Amino acid sequence: MSDKKKDLKPNTYKFDTLSLHAGYQPHKNAGSRQVPIYQTTSYLFDDVDHAAALFNLERGGHIYSRISNPTVGVLEERVASLEGGTAALATSSGMSAIFLTVMTLCEAGDHLVVSSQLYGGTVNLFRLTLPKFGIKCTFVKPRDTEGFKKAIQKNTKGIFGELVGNPGNEIMNMPKIAKIAHDAGIPLMVDATYQTPYLCKPFEHGADIVIHSLTKWMAGHGSSMAGILVEGGKFDWMQNDKFPTMTKPYEGYHGLSFAEEFGPTAFTMKARAEGMRDFGPCLSPQNAWNVLQGIETLSVRMKKHCSNAEEMVKYLSNHESVAWVSHPSVPDHPDHELAKKLLPNGRGSMIAFGIKGGKDAGVAFINNVKLASHLANVGDTRTLVIHPASGTHSQMDEATLKFAGLSHDMIRLSVGIEDIDDIKNDFEIGFRAARKPRLVSNQ
Amino acid sequence: MKFKVNNNEVFASTGGRPFDKKKPLIIFVHGSGLTHMTWVLQTRYFAFHGYNALAIDLPGHGLSSGESLKSIEEMADWVNDVIDAVGHKEASLVGHSQGCLVTVECTSRYPDKIKTLSLMGGAGAIPMNPELLSLAENNDPKAVDLMMDWAHGPAGHFGGHPVPGLYHINTGTMLAKSRTIQNTLGVDFRACDNYKNGFEAAKKIKCPTLSILATDDKMCPVKEGKKLASLIDGSQVDIIDNCGHMMLLEEADRVLTVLKKFITTNYPPLSS
Repeated sequence: MSDKKKDLKPNTYKFDTLSLHAGYQPHKNAGSRQVPIYQTTSYLFDDVDHAAALFNLERGGHIYSRISNPTVGVLEERVASLEGGTAALATSSGMSAIFLTVMTLCEAGDHLVVSSQLYGGTVNLFRLTLPKFGIKCTFVKPRDTEGFKKAIQKNTKGIFGELVGNPGNEIMNMPKIAKIAHDAGIPLMVDATYQTPYLCKPFEHGADIVIHSLTKWMAGHGSSMAGILVEGGKFDWMQNDKFPTMTKPYEGYHGLSFAEEFGPTAFTMKARAEGMRDFGPCLSPQNAWNVLQGIETLSVRMKKHCSNAEEMVKYLSNHESVAWVSHPSVPDHPDHELAKKLLPNGRGSMIAFGIKGGKDAGVAFINNVKLASHLANVGDTRTLVIHPASGTHSQMDEATLKFAGLSHDMIRLSVGIEDIDDIKNDFEIGFRAARKPRLVSNQ
Repeated sequence: MKFKVNNNEVFASTGGRPFDKKKPLIIFVHGSGLTHMTWVLQTRYFAFHGYNALAIDLPGHGLSSGESLKSIEEMADWVNDVIDAVGHKEASLVGHSQGCLVTVECTSRYPDKIKTLSLMGGAGAIPMNPELLSLAENNDPKAVDLMMDWAHGPAGHFGGHPVPGLYHINTGTMLAKSRTIQNTLGVDFRACDNYKNGFEAAKKIKCPTLSILATDDKMCPVKEGKKLASLIDGSQVDIIDNCGHMMLLEEADRVLTVLKKFITTNYPPLSS
């Protein structure tokens, strides 16, 4: 017999397998191979004692689909497993996931430090809506790592940002900003919608809460709105007195301390027990099921999204009608090296480029492409284009646009998984129109 | 709640209810490298139904201070000290995995104090895989990953936690990595490996005893659990299908139902 030492390896399931199976056991669901759609509002109690136990978080289970639903629960576990998180809570949209995260963390009088390069709706939430709840924010440019540190105040409860900013593709130095947050005893919250866990797992780089608009690449087919918040489980809510709503007895559940009772899943438990109960942005089981179908092919699609994006970067970089191209795969992109570290499986399929001729050329381009869809979404299987200054970010004034890194010549491109030659041919039609905007525009 | 045992601060979850000396005491003892959090789906029920449910963090684990205890016998004496420290004269014990070795030893040493004993994923001895032991003692996070792999049955690997949205393999991993691995898991694994008195201790137990075992438990297989149970007079055995060693998470509801019936029958709650 060989005396060679056996090399033990854990056989827990890996990414592609978890994408298909995590969170679901067929033998507990009538043997149904596909996840059933539990199209129901509510769930029978065994008896009064069972009902009381469910309401009091004494045992797991479902009460009412605003709080939880078995189909939605599979989605939550699946995303938690893919992210390497302890728990997750799905919501009706990415925006509601951000709102719920903030409202779980903060109270009136609190402050957040926020990256300035965000989806326009998120900017408005932090800039205009949260102050109405007494929560103020300081915006910092995503590459200004030290700026995040300087912006932290005594009442700061967290740092929030998109890992790769929308739409300018500026990347936050997540490991360094996580350290800044943790040194200050506050969590880092990262919107990783653009990456999906296939391209980046933010918990491995120090994030504490990860948020996704599942509407985008995770669902992937442009069919369903959904969002999710995922908890990393490492953040110690009891390390200081900054988070009394996590650590002190909560009247809403007989004096429960979420941090003490639920530890690495405390944030999600509170977001569900309090946030879903009081705000109610629940995800429909049908939409959860649609997102699950998308996640089954996530890695397959992301590979194609990324390879098509890199082809488009080369094409655009050499095109006479293009003034500049921003994508982390471009060697002279300021965050190229950081992107290699944080996004080892691909740099994503969002490209920003400047069209020669400014706003008029941009409008002509958008109005004349036929294959690419002009709409307010990203992360569809189909190629999407928009002119942010007149669309997604149109509610911003000039100064805010500039601070957010936007320009009037910018086109935001979400590269789909069509045949790459067809995308390029379509863009040629758009560029021809952009060069002669008055002759070809259909305006 | 926090209290002192041997001059070290001890943390114990009370299941969300204030400690009340009038109520009977149940002490929940966690497994190797883990914390009181593993019991959350059992303790809250008892806490709200007439008991003091104390899910303790062993010394050096979770939120308890001090150094990890190096032998099962020391842990057994420490559990007895906990009963004294909280001002009770008796208690019901519930253990999981290593916690079973501790509670079996404690019950054999203090038979007049322990009124019922509930064992989950227990065995009379838990010899450790030498490589796993070495990894844990050398602070290698792979030890936790291996433990979580082996501790979950095939069904448990897919998830499907009774608490919506909670993915238990990652949660367990986070608990086991919350303190320095070699100081918790490493010390605990060595203590389990060294402990040889389980079968002799079991023969001395006279209180009502329940063993909950799981068909897919690779760490403490059913036959080992049955062997231990056979040495305890009148011991009840409940076997859960399609479940691994982490039964208190994988099949939390089933465990609670069985545990509830056993404890309320043999150690009644304070009626409200």
